[in-house]
Amino acid sequence: MSYLKRFWPVGAFVALALLPYSGITIPGLFDGPLNSPGALQVLALCLVFGGLAAGYDLLFGRTGLLSFGHALYFALGVYGTDILITKFGYPLPLAALLAVLFATTVAVALGAVALRVHGIAFSMVTLAFAQVGAILVARDPNGLTGGEEGLALDASRLPAALVGVVNTVNLYWLALAYLGLVLTVLHRVAQSPTGRVFAGLRDDERRVGVLGLDPYRFKLVAFTLSGALAALGGVVYLLLTAGASPHVASSDLTLTLLVMVVLGGPGTRFGPVLGGVLFTYLDHRLTDVGASGAVDALPGVLAGPLSQPLFVLGTIFILAVYFFPGGLAGLRTRLTALRRTVTPPPRP
Amino acid sequence: MSTVILMTVTGLGLAALYFLVASGLSLVFGLADVLNFAHGLFLSVGAYATWWAAGNLPGAGAEGWGFVLAVAFGVLAGTVVASLVELVMIRPLYSRTIEQVLVTVGLSLAGVAALQAGFGADPRPFPRPAWTQQVVTIAGARVPMDRLLLIVAALVVLGALLAFLRWTRYGLIIRAGVENREMVTALGIDVRKAFTLVFAIGGAAAALAGALAGVYSGSVSPTSGSSLLIFAFIVVVIGGMGSVLGSAAAAVAVGLLQQFVNYYGGSGAGDVCVVALLALVLLWRPAGLAGKAAA
Amino acid sequence: MSALLEVNDLSVRIAGLHILQGVSFSVAPSGVTVLLGRNGVGKSTTLRAILGLTPRNGAATGSVRLGGEEILGRPTHGLVKAGLGFVPEDRCVFAGLTVAENLRLAERTSTPDYDLVFKLFPELSKRSRQRAGSLSGGQQQMLSLGRVLLNDNRLLLIDEPTKGLAPKVVTEVAEALERAASAVPVLLVEQNLAVVRRLAGDAVVIAAGQVAWTGRGGELLADPELTRSLLSVNAAGGH
Repeated sequence: MSYLKRFWPVGAFVALALLPYSGITIPGLFDGPLNSPGALQVLALCLVFGGLAAGYDLLFGRTGLLSFGHALYFALGVYGTDILITKFGYPLPLAALLAVLFATTVAVALGAVALRVHGIAFSMVTLAFAQVGAILVARDPNGLTGGEEGLALDASRLPAALVGVVNTVNLYWLALAYLGLVLTVLHRVAQSPTGRVFAGLRDDERRVGVLGLDPYRFKLVAFTLSGALAALGGVVYLLLTAGASPHVASSDLTLTLLVMVVLGGPGTRFGPVLGGVLFTYLDHRLTDVGASGAVDALPGVLAGPLSQPLFVLGTIFILAVYFFPGGLAGLRTRLTALRRTVTPPPRP
Repeated sequence: MSTVILMTVTGLGLAALYFLVASGLSLVFGLADVLNFAHGLFLSVGAYATWWAAGNLPGAGAEGWGFVLAVAFGVLAGTVVASLVELVMIRPLYSRTIEQVLVTVGLSLAGVAALQAGFGADPRPFPRPAWTQQVVTIAGARVPMDRLLLIVAALVVLGALLAFLRWTRYGLIIRAGVENREMVTALGIDVRKAFTLVFAIGGAAAALAGALAGVYSGSVSPTSGSSLLIFAFIVVVIGGMGSVLGSAAAAVAVGLLQQFVNYYGGSGAGDVCVVALLALVLLWRPAGLAGKAAA
Repeated sequence: MSALLEVNDLSVRIAGLHILQGVSFSVAPSGVTVLLGRNGVGKSTTLRAILGLTPRNGAATGSVRLGGEEILGRPTHGLVKAGLGFVPEDRCVFAGLTVAENLRLAERTSTPDYDLVFKLFPELSKRSRQRAGSLSGGQQQMLSLGRVLLNDNRLLLIDEPTKGLAPKVVTEVAEALERAASAVPVLLVEQNLAVVRRLAGDAVVIAAGQVAWTGRGGELLADPELTRSLLSVNAAGGH
C-alpha cells in the first residue's frame, strides 16, 4: 500500500510513456486512436501546459507571488530558439541552450527590480515588463519576429526525428520528459530547506525575516527558477507547433496559466499539472465541438458564447473560485473527508 | 514646430484615453483594494453599446445629437455592467483580495469571448461624426478634431471627479476610505455602498473611453480594451493608487513620452520607455507619485 | 443596576495565535470602566473584537451583549450607528482631509453637537481648514475624540488616548474625557496610571489573554503590591 502511494507517480509516468504503443480509441474524447498523430499532438500540448502551470505555481501557489508576466519567459524560450535556428542557422541544442540562458538572465534582472515592490504592485510591474515583450514581438524589429504573422520554424535545420507527422510520437515523449523534469525539480525544491522558506514566504513573510533570512533573495530564486522552467517549456512548445505566434507573449497566456493553477489547486503537488492538462484539453475539445455544429442545435442566445472555449472556461473558472477554492486537488481532499464521514473507520 | 504641436496634441489625446480608464481603476483599487482586470471589459461594453445604439436605437445615430445619445447609451451600459459586477461578483468576496483578482481575470477572459461570439472577432467600423474627422489649425499645425474631443472629454471628467470628491458626502467617504477604510466603518459608515459607487463611476469613465477610442481609431474590436488596460495599469501605478490627480499627471507623462519617443525613436521604443519610466518611479517612490490619497 | 455591556467568554484567534482566551467582564451603565494590562496582553484586541474589527485572518467567539442584545459578529458600521463610539489607538485621523472634513465625515445625526466639541477643544474650530495630517499629536487626539463626541452615544470605546502625548496635553485630554464621561459611559484602555486614578470607576486587568483581576480602580491603585504584580509598574510613580 505504501509502495503504491510512493511510486504511483513513476507508474503513471511509465504508463504515459508507453501510451503511444496502444491503439485504443476513446470515442468522444479523441477523434482518432490514442496513438494517432492528432491525438498525440493534443496530448503533448496538454503535457507541456501541465508542466508550464506547475512551473508557474512555484511562484503563485508555493511562494505566494502573483506574477502577471510569466508569458515573457515562455515567449523568450519560443522566439529565442526560433530566431536562433531560423534566422541565424544555429543547431537546435545550442539555440535552445542560449535561449533558456538568456531568458534566465532576463528573469534575474527583471525580478530584481519587480521584487522591490510587494503585493499587487509587484503583479502590475511584472505585467508591464511582459508587455514590453508582447510589444517587441508585435512590432517585428529588423524582421526578426515576423510581427502579427509569427515566425515559422525552419524545419530543415532540425534533427529528422523531430520533423513530420510520423514523428509526432517523439515530440510527445519530449513533452512528457519536460513535464517529468519540471515535476522532479519542483519536488526536489519542495523537499529542500529553500522550499520550506518559499512556503514560509507564502504564509507570512515577516516570519521569514525574523529568522534572519532575506525574503528578497529567496523570492528572486523562485522567480528565476520559474522563469527558466517556462523558457524550457517554450522550446518544447516551439517544436510541437513548428513555429512562434505572437499569442505566446500576450498577457492572456499568463492569465490562462493562472486559471489552470487555480482550477487544479495552487500549492499542491499535482493539482497545477492536472489543471493545465484539463484546461488545454478542454480548450481544444471545445473548439472542435464549437466548430462541429453540435452547439448550433442550441437556442441562439446560448450557441454563440458556448462556441467560444474561453467563455466556457472563464465561466467555469469564476464558479470554481466561489465554490471550489482548493481547485481539483482540494476536491479530492473534500471527497476523502466525505468518504470518512460516510464509512466509519475500522475499530482497532 | 508644427510637428511638435501635432505630436503634443496627439500625445495628450492618448493621455486623455489613459486617464479615462485609469481614474476608475485607481479609485477602485485605492478604495476597495481590487485590481480589476475586467475594467477593459467595461471599456469594450461601452464601445460596442455605442456602436449598437448608433445603428439600432431610435433617435441615435452617427451625427449630432444622435451621436451624443449613442454615447450616452454606451456610458449607461458600461455603468450598469460595472455596478452589477461589483454587486454580484466582487461583493461576496469582500476583502479576499486574491480571489477578487481571480474573478476579474475570469471575467475578462469570458467577457472578451462573449463579445467575440456576439459581434465577431474582427474589428467593426465605428460610427464617427464627420466633424471629428476635420482638422483645425493651431499655431500652424493641422490638428484633427478627434484628438481635441478626447482632451476636452477627459478634462470635463477630471473636473467632475474632483468636484465630486471635494464637495459631496460620498466624495468625502471615498477620500477617507482610500486613506483608511477600516476607520471609515468605525465612524458608522457602510463603506461598501461607496465600493459600488466607485465601480459605477469607473465603468462610466471606461465606457466613455471606449466610445471615444472608437471615434479615434474608427473601429471597435473585442480585444481593444485589453491593450489600453495595460497602459492604464502603468498609469495607475505611476500616479499612485487611489489618486485621481496623480492618474491625470501620470497619464499626461505616459501619453507624451510614448508619442514622442515612438515618433523620434522608432515604433515601439516609446512603449518600452513607458515601462522603463514605471521601473524608475517604483525604485524611486514605491507608492507612486502621489502616494495614497484620493484627490 | 444591570450592566450596559457584558462580555462573556470572548476568545480571539489571529493567524493561529490565541490572543484572547475567554475574557469575561461587564461595563457599568455610567462612569469610566478602565481596561488595564501590560503591553500586548490583548486590551486593544478586546475593544476591536467588541466592534467587529477582528482582522480577516482572525476569528472572535463568545458573547458580547449591549443592553442585553447580542452584538458579536454584527457589522462595525451598524454597531457604531447603534451608539458605540470608537476612538482608536494612534488616533487614526484622515491625514489628507481637513479638520472640518474629518468632523463632517463623522456626523451621524442631522444635529451634530459642534458646540460641545468646540467648547471642549477650541483648537479644533480655529484650525478647521487645516489638514489633519499637519496637526500635532495632541490636536489629532482631540480631533479623534471630537469626531465621536459630535454624536449621541450609548457607550464610548476609547483606546489609549494619552499615548505619546506631552504631559500638559495629557491633562487636557483627561479633562475632556472626564467631561465626556459625565454624560456617557466609557470603556477606556489606558496605561497612564495618573489618568486612571483620576477617571476610573471599575477596573478590569487583563494578563496573558485572560482577566486577571476586577474591582474598583481606586482599590487597585491603593495597593502598590497588587498594582506592581498585575501591571509591573510602580503606582506611586504614576507612570
